[in-house]
Amino acid sequence: MPALVINGTLRSFDCDERTSLLDLLRNHAGLTGTKKGCDHGQCGACTVIVEGRRINSCLSLAVMHDGDEVTTIEGLGTATDLSPLQRAFVSHDAYQCGYCTPGQICSATAMIEEARMGWPSAVTDDVETSPELSDNEIRERMSGNLCRCAAYPNIVAAIRETAA
Amino acid sequence: MKAFTYARAGSTADAVAADAMKIAGGTNLLDLMKLEVEVPRRLVDINRLPLAAIEPAGGGLRIGAVVRNSDLAADIRVRRDYAVLSKALLAGASGQLRNKATTGGNLCQRTRCGYFTDTAMPCNKREPGSGCQAIGGFNRIHAILGASDACIATYPGDMAVAMSALDAVVEIEGTAGSRSVAVRDFHRLPGNTPERDNVLEADDLITAVTLPAPVPGRHAYRKVRDRSSYAFALVSIAAVVEMDAGRIASASLAFGGLAHKPWHDPAIAEILIGKAPSKALFDKAADVLLAGAQGQGANDFKIPLARRTLHAVLAELTGETA
Ligand SMILES: Cc1cc2nc3c(=O)[nH]c(=O)nc-3n(C[C@H](O)[C@H](O)[C@H](O)COP(=O)(O)OP(=O)(O)OC[C@H]3O[C@@H](n4cnc5c(N)ncnc54)[C@H](O)[C@@H]3O)c2cc1C
Ligand code: SF4
Ligand code: FES
Ligand code: FES
Repeated sequence: MPALVINGTLRSFDCDERTSLLDLLRNHAGLTGTKKGCDHGQCGACTVIVEGRRINSCLSLAVMHDGDEVTTIEGLGTATDLSPLQRAFVSHDAYQCGYCTPGQICSATAMIEEARMGWPSAVTDDVETSPELSDNEIRERMSGNLCRCAAYPNIVAAIRETAA
Repeated sequence: MKAFTYARAGSTADAVAADAMKIAGGTNLLDLMKLEVEVPRRLVDINRLPLAAIEPAGGGLRIGAVVRNSDLAADIRVRRDYAVLSKALLAGASGQLRNKATTGGNLCQRTRCGYFTDTAMPCNKREPGSGCQAIGGFNRIHAILGASDACIATYPGDMAVAMSALDAVVEIEGTAGSRSVAVRDFHRLPGNTPERDNVLEADDLITAVTLPAPVPGRHAYRKVRDRSSYAFALVSIAAVVEMDAGRIASASLAFGGLAHKPWHDPAIAEILIGKAPSKALFDKAADVLLAGAQGQGANDFKIPLARRTLHAVLAELTGETA
């Protein structure tokens, strides 16, 4: 039965092999901040950070993460102690319904690290270079997170401010 | 999802002997298991096998089977010497998916044909002998080259198209030992056995993909799709072209979105090599590519689209303003 370090706490679970990491977080760990949109890797609502990397928790089995460190939106900040990106999402009004927001923030938190490591993207003209996070770069790197409310301009603004 | 047993492989030999379906990133397999298109009874997890390195080999690079797509795209040697591969990887899926998707899993990803993923529909690939609903049905994303009466599906991936242009080699470990297969021969045309996407046998484990020594030239990966990111290719082209004194000195091209496998036809490069670039020359190359092209109705647009995309890529790489 898998044991995972979730937001800094080691917890073990008794769950069926079929349990996705997403369902483990929501239904077994009681951490409902992570959202289920499509359950097929197509929307990004379920994005969490595993071993420092953003992934879609819906397309991963919980048993595959035995021993891994997972950070969810609950681990990034709290209502009284927001992370810089969470604060920027509030000040830029980077949402309407808020359903995609935990996934957007987990994704962007890890994406900013990817850019700091110098990773190129599909809109980087010369992949040998490590580009600045322009709005175009942010949009491409965040394309795995859909927002049905189309809060995109404010999401990009919040990320741009935090990454700067 | 149907129940299965799960085990982590302790060694490559374990994974081969497990009599189980391999799971790597899980981004394709779990998607299909949720739909019950794939119903494995046993899964063997290969993620922790020591196959995660990218190392120099034979003048080129050896890429372990569980190297993540994001790590491969960001590797400085790949960005410098095999830019077409970096570009193809970055054009695929999303940041989150590339962090999980592996070299081996990406090669083995299955078609996105909508009938294949709908278990209420007949499909020769999912259920041999049941028929092909895409012929005469919704076939906008389907093949224009190398299809058969049994199946008109496409191989949907990007990475393998670049690997085909680079003439990379797949290393495989099976019950009878290890063997190597060129990426160009790894995927199959559907023929009468569309249930087989590639040459792997059930127990086979991909251990690595090796890239030959880098070749000189400019690299491009052009992907045409319905939205500008996070979408599969309708048509894609991986190309490495070297110019010398106003003439094309060498060219290597492969095409995605057109067939059941990354399409590679050496006759296309033969037409181009030694010639000065011109629109007329690019048209001749497109004639070779599309000589056997056959639309299915909704995908007829791919024929002129492939021609125009080839023009654009060759113009970009040769400096000829098409
Ligand atoms: C929403 C979405 C969008 C996507 N967009 C794109 C895109 O634009 N371009 C693109 O190219 N791809 C795209 N993909 C597909 C993605 O690239 C693949 O899902 C991924 O590469 C598969 O790798 P994996 O390691 O997760 O494979 P898994 O899901 O773990 O495995 C896939 C298959 O490969 C087999 N397998 C895995 N490793 C081995 C091995 N070493 N030896 C033998 N067999 C093995 C498995 O048994 C299984 O049959 C998209 C996927 C999603 C969900
Ligand atoms: S095209 Fe191939 S995968 Fe699609 S329905 Fe026909 S047989 Fe099945
Ligand atoms: S719920 Fe995982 S990507 Fe949509
Ligand atoms: S804020 Fe509603 S989906 Fe993004």
